[in-house]
Amino acid sequence: MKTLYGLLLLLLVGTAACGGGETGSSASPATAGPTPEEKMLAEGKGIGEVKFVELKTPLETERVTRGKAIYDMKCAACHKLDDKRVVGPGWKEVTVRRKPEWIMNMVTNVEMMLDKDEEAQKLLQLCLTRMPNQNVSIGDARDVLEFMRSNDGEK
Amino acid sequence: MGGALLIIAALWQCKTKGAASATASDAAQKVYVAPGTYDEFYNFVSGGFNGQVSVYGLPSGRLLKIVPVFSVFPENGYGYSEETKAMLNTSHGWVPWDDQHHISLSLTDGIQDGRWMFANANNTPRVGRVDLKSFRTMEIMEIPNAGGNHSSPFITENSEYIVAGTRFSVPMDDQPDVSIQSYKDNFRGTASFISINPQDGHMNLAFQVLLPGINLDLSRSGKGPSHDWFFFSCYNSERANTLLEVNASQNDKDFIVAINWKKAEELAKAGRGMKKSVRYAHNTYDERTHTATTKWETEAIMLDPRELKDFVYFIPCPKSPHGCDVDPTGKYFVGSGKLAAVIPVFSFEKMQAAIAAKNFEGEYDGIPVLKYDAVLHGEVQKPGLGPLHTEFDADGNAYTSFFVSSEIVKWNVESLQVLDRVPTYYSIGHLCVPGGDTKKPWGKYVIAYNKITKDRYLPTGPELAQSAQLYDITGEKMRLILDFPTVGEPHYANAMPASLIKDQSLKFFKLEENNHPYVAKGEGQAKVVREGNKVHVYMTAIRSHLTPDNIEGVRIGDEVYFHVTNLEQDWDVPHGFAIKGAATAEILIMPGETQTLLWKPDRAGVVPLYCTDFCSALHQEMQGYMRVSPAGSNVPLKFSTGEPEVQ
Repeated sequence: MKTLYGLLLLLLVGTAACGGGETGSSASPATAGPTPEEKMLAEGKGIGEVKFVELKTPLETERVTRGKAIYDMKCAACHKLDDKRVVGPGWKEVTVRRKPEWIMNMVTNVEMMLDKDEEAQKLLQLCLTRMPNQNVSIGDARDVLEFMRSNDGEK
Repeated sequence: MGGALLIIAALWQCKTKGAASATASDAAQKVYVAPGTYDEFYNFVSGGFNGQVSVYGLPSGRLLKIVPVFSVFPENGYGYSEETKAMLNTSHGWVPWDDQHHISLSLTDGIQDGRWMFANANNTPRVGRVDLKSFRTMEIMEIPNAGGNHSSPFITENSEYIVAGTRFSVPMDDQPDVSIQSYKDNFRGTASFISINPQDGHMNLAFQVLLPGINLDLSRSGKGPSHDWFFFSCYNSERANTLLEVNASQNDKDFIVAINWKKAEELAKAGRGMKKSVRYAHNTYDERTHTATTKWETEAIMLDPRELKDFVYFIPCPKSPHGCDVDPTGKYFVGSGKLAAVIPVFSFEKMQAAIAAKNFEGEYDGIPVLKYDAVLHGEVQKPGLGPLHTEFDADGNAYTSFFVSSEIVKWNVESLQVLDRVPTYYSIGHLCVPGGDTKKPWGKYVIAYNKITKDRYLPTGPELAQSAQLYDITGEKMRLILDFPTVGEPHYANAMPASLIKDQSLKFFKLEENNHPYVAKGEGQAKVVREGNKVHVYMTAIRSHLTPDNIEGVRIGDEVYFHVTNLEQDWDVPHGFAIKGAATAEILIMPGETQTLLWKPDRAGVVPLYCTDFCSALHQEMQGYMRVSPAGSNVPLKFSTGEPEVQ
């Protein structure tokens, strides 16, 4: 029986070693402090490449125009500009509810957000349709964010 | 505990057995591709009478995709959608079916380069080009002055040309109506050379070589030293036009036709050909407009080797040769006489010498015939019955299929010695070694494509699956390791390492680049427009709704065009579209693409429409209605999705 357990253990170790896909960064040793990733999640910035967004006042009008065009093509089918939920939530006051980093990570890194970010997971439970990856670049996502700010009445 | 030990013991045993002794568990291990892992090779297999090309993974034999080329495909709307209909235009009208026999993969310096796959249509002579990024048919060109495009679409070493050689000799297009009895005077074969644009793969009928009324069967280009030449097998040197089974089997030898395409190219460029007035369709698909268009071509350049000497020679080859295959060095070419007891192997070097010395045994219809012995490298003695095709490995060995004796025979090209033979189940036609027609065979396997399966699979009534069989050729002995059924009837196939193309696979079409005239780039552009009795629905699809999904104001007598744009921008999220009573097919729309279904309402009522591809948890909700009113009704045109109305 001992050998069998040994074999099983070996198998488990082997499987763990082979398990691919995940970046593994979230599996931090218990002794160390939170990883940068965990910190971002805890701060409500989501998870992804966008760590810090600098917002300017007044709004960058060129970004707003470009962001609106991207919204019309890739987002409007599911997100309305008022507070009504269609497929996804309406965008009214999204810039109040969410940090800019969270919004941009949700747009550009949606698969991982739905896997790891609690707020994103709550939205999935509510909407039941996984938000599609619309292949929006980080630059384009920044433009969309500016359009969201404009939609929320910022000047 | 005991069980675990036994399993370990069994595994141990397998490991210690030699490569030569095939056991069932050993074979299973060799073809097992674990769930979630990829096959090592793509196997592109002609579909024969289904008019399509199928793509399998090797060594598992799993069917990965069917690529419709010459036949409509209701599964995804190819040939049914307004955008793809033009792909099937020919001078005979719209032809939705063909008989697809052979494929060629594009080459650079004689090695597979993963850009395009070419396919032939046998019945209504055509060649097609499939892009290996999208696995889609991008171009189909009809061949004028042709009957039975069988020896096609074989390719030159740098994809300079693919060829189209006629199985049926026919009267030429400018003098079509003649007596069948005048065969010998009026019927001609042609070998067409279709140039390939190295940038985008676009095909152009460069020139045709006029040949006597023989039946060209198969062909291969030279390589290395024989780069400038193309070799075609032919049967019916008797030029019979009835009961060919007997009348075309009289002569002791038929021919290999050797064409110096480089010289022919020079002659054509120098304006030495005859300009023939013809009419044929040339269809191309544009990935930006997502639409195919037909160009009607009206001219062909014909080179007559009886007038323009010294670029076509005949080489006698025993008894109705079928396969005509060139080895990886380009030094040897093999003719497989279907009724012959030997396999003759010819030497390119000897052919050059014989041409230089004018070592001719005579002329056939004005074309010099070289002496058999002067060109022969040697004969493989008693190889088997009914040799058909030969492929090669990288170690100087050839693998020939034998239809009558139902086997694959391995022999050495240099020594002509038979090294091994294995049975096939049953009656093998073509065979394939990955890259086995190129300068660089990848080896590892030989795959048999069989004509008869009889008792190999569970019976399914009178019509049975055709089959392929996978043999391991890494050892001295060939070993059968897998049977797998195929769709259609497989003829020639080729295989390439997956690593050559898997990472270039197109994942979706960019919405920004969609130039379809009826695209709706975003729901804000969804609308319904009436133009007389034509109603254009600019519809969008995204998980999980169609916009618009409520439409009224359509009348009997209208033609309704559903132009559906898939707004998704991620891999593997197609949407489908169907509406009750559609007399065509569903359409599948890939992310970022626009496709159009034409629908003609036949009765008043409210008609459901829906997405046909399970796309999301709320896929069943992805549906809508169209109201159809009687002709002349004044119900206003109205459309919406949810609230507020889209207007």
